[in-house]
Amino acid sequence: MNWWGNLWGVYTLILLAVFLGIVWWAWSAKRARAFREAAELPLTEDRPHNEQPPAQSKEARHE
Amino acid sequence: MSAVAKTYNDKVVRQFAIMTVVWGIVGMLVGVIIAAQMIWPQLGEGISWLSFGRLRPLHTNAVIFAFGGSVLFAASYYVVQRTCQVRLFGGPLVPFTFWGWQAIILLAAITLPLGLTSSKEYAELEWPIDVLITLVWVAYAIVFFGTIILRKQKHIYVANWFFGAYIITIAVLHLGNSAELPVSLWKSYSAYPGTIDAMVEWWYGHNAVGFFLTAAFLGMMYYFIPKQAGRPVYSYRLSVVHFWALVSIYMWAGPHHLMYTALPNWTQSLGMVFSLILLAPSWGGMINGIMTLSGAWYKLRTDPILRFLIVSLSFYGMSTFEGPMMSVKTVNALSHYTDWTIGHVHSGALGWVSLVTIGTLYALLPKLFGKTEMYSVKLINTHFWLGTIGIVLYVVSLWVAGIMQGLMWRAINDDGTLTYSFIESLEAMYPFWTVRLIGGGLFMLGMFLMAYNVWKTVAGARPVQVPVPQAA
Repeated sequence: MNWWGNLWGVYTLILLAVFLGIVWWAWSAKRARAFREAAELPLTEDRPHNEQPPAQSKEARHE
Repeated sequence: MSAVAKTYNDKVVRQFAIMTVVWGIVGMLVGVIIAAQMIWPQLGEGISWLSFGRLRPLHTNAVIFAFGGSVLFAASYYVVQRTCQVRLFGGPLVPFTFWGWQAIILLAAITLPLGLTSSKEYAELEWPIDVLITLVWVAYAIVFFGTIILRKQKHIYVANWFFGAYIITIAVLHLGNSAELPVSLWKSYSAYPGTIDAMVEWWYGHNAVGFFLTAAFLGMMYYFIPKQAGRPVYSYRLSVVHFWALVSIYMWAGPHHLMYTALPNWTQSLGMVFSLILLAPSWGGMINGIMTLSGAWYKLRTDPILRFLIVSLSFYGMSTFEGPMMSVKTVNALSHYTDWTIGHVHSGALGWVSLVTIGTLYALLPKLFGKTEMYSVKLINTHFWLGTIGIVLYVVSLWVAGIMQGLMWRAINDDGTLTYSFIESLEAMYPFWTVRLIGGGLFMLGMFLMAYNVWKTVAGARPVQVPVPQAA
């Protein structure tokens, strides 16, 4: 087998690992809060950025 | 902080939003004319600049880059300011992007009918215009990313990720594909030879679909659907994962435009495999947008704007299923070079791109002009039905036409001769082309209603200065 044949195989595995890493990162508990804040941005755009948001009602979220 | 810096720059958003309606009508009118030329080829006979070959690139450039481009400038400028809580960066570069982009459109509208073309599909504009596009696009990138850098919000909202990917990728595609050797002011030759040129062209062409007509409009969707529905996006996690999957995979799908050509066979297969994988991230976006309405479906009954946005996603889902299917080599053997392709493109362009654009404009325009809603909500509803029925007529007629063409072209007698001559397959198309013309006409009629509605909303209205929310 050509050496670059192995290289492509390894490269594919690396890319697969990167993708799984993104999935793991996105679903990690650490990101949950940041993502929730980010998801609210279009709905809270009229409030200054450093003001504490009022408690959101549960039904407005999909979590 | 000066008084100006305390307000959002909505002037440029207003300019681009209004021009979207204008260029939409112009581009679709040219589309209706060339659809009529298919049925009555003598239309415009003897006038070279009205011939099909010159009007067709005018139609595609006008609807993609003038209509689609204008609304993307408007939406990205509006969304990036609101979600970053900062005025657009770039000072004079901002009006330069507007006037520069309009100049490019005007130059296209003059040079294409004159027959000045680099002959690359969706990149027909000759090299001086390519240079101007590059300058405007660099200014656009500075304005957009400058605003992101100056943001007051901690997070970069997902819509801005999609807009950012689109701005970067279009720059790369434009520079790569437009590499050309000028021989005079209005004539240049591609820097690439033969098959390589074809591959570069479709690397550009398919990613123009992927990043201009998909990623950027998804960015629009990720802001305007949550906004209109009054609920955050269904799953922010899904939006992140499908963003990275979409931008990584789209890059490799271009060869599906070159099935059974001189392109190496493995490249064709690669293009097909990546096109099939593309279904997953595409549907990730569709599901995320539609599910944002979960628990609030009743809003569809009363809000025609939301209906535009959600139905656009349905068409997006349909055409991103159809696309991978058509990239399967055996399906492509039937569909390629037939009207099925044109039907597929228009289910994406009218169903997805135009409907999401129209919904966005109906949501955005009243806000930009200090109104609570459009002049007539009833007319929005009429527009919705005219548009939707128009698209269905258009797409279904070309499905039938395309499959019939494919079957007629491949039909072979026992002795190996062709069953049908080309002219017989052409004659069989007239009923379908007529239905297509009616469908396209209905869609354009809807755009005229929109123009009237926009005029009544905007005329006499004073543009409002919206303050950037300031920390107490």
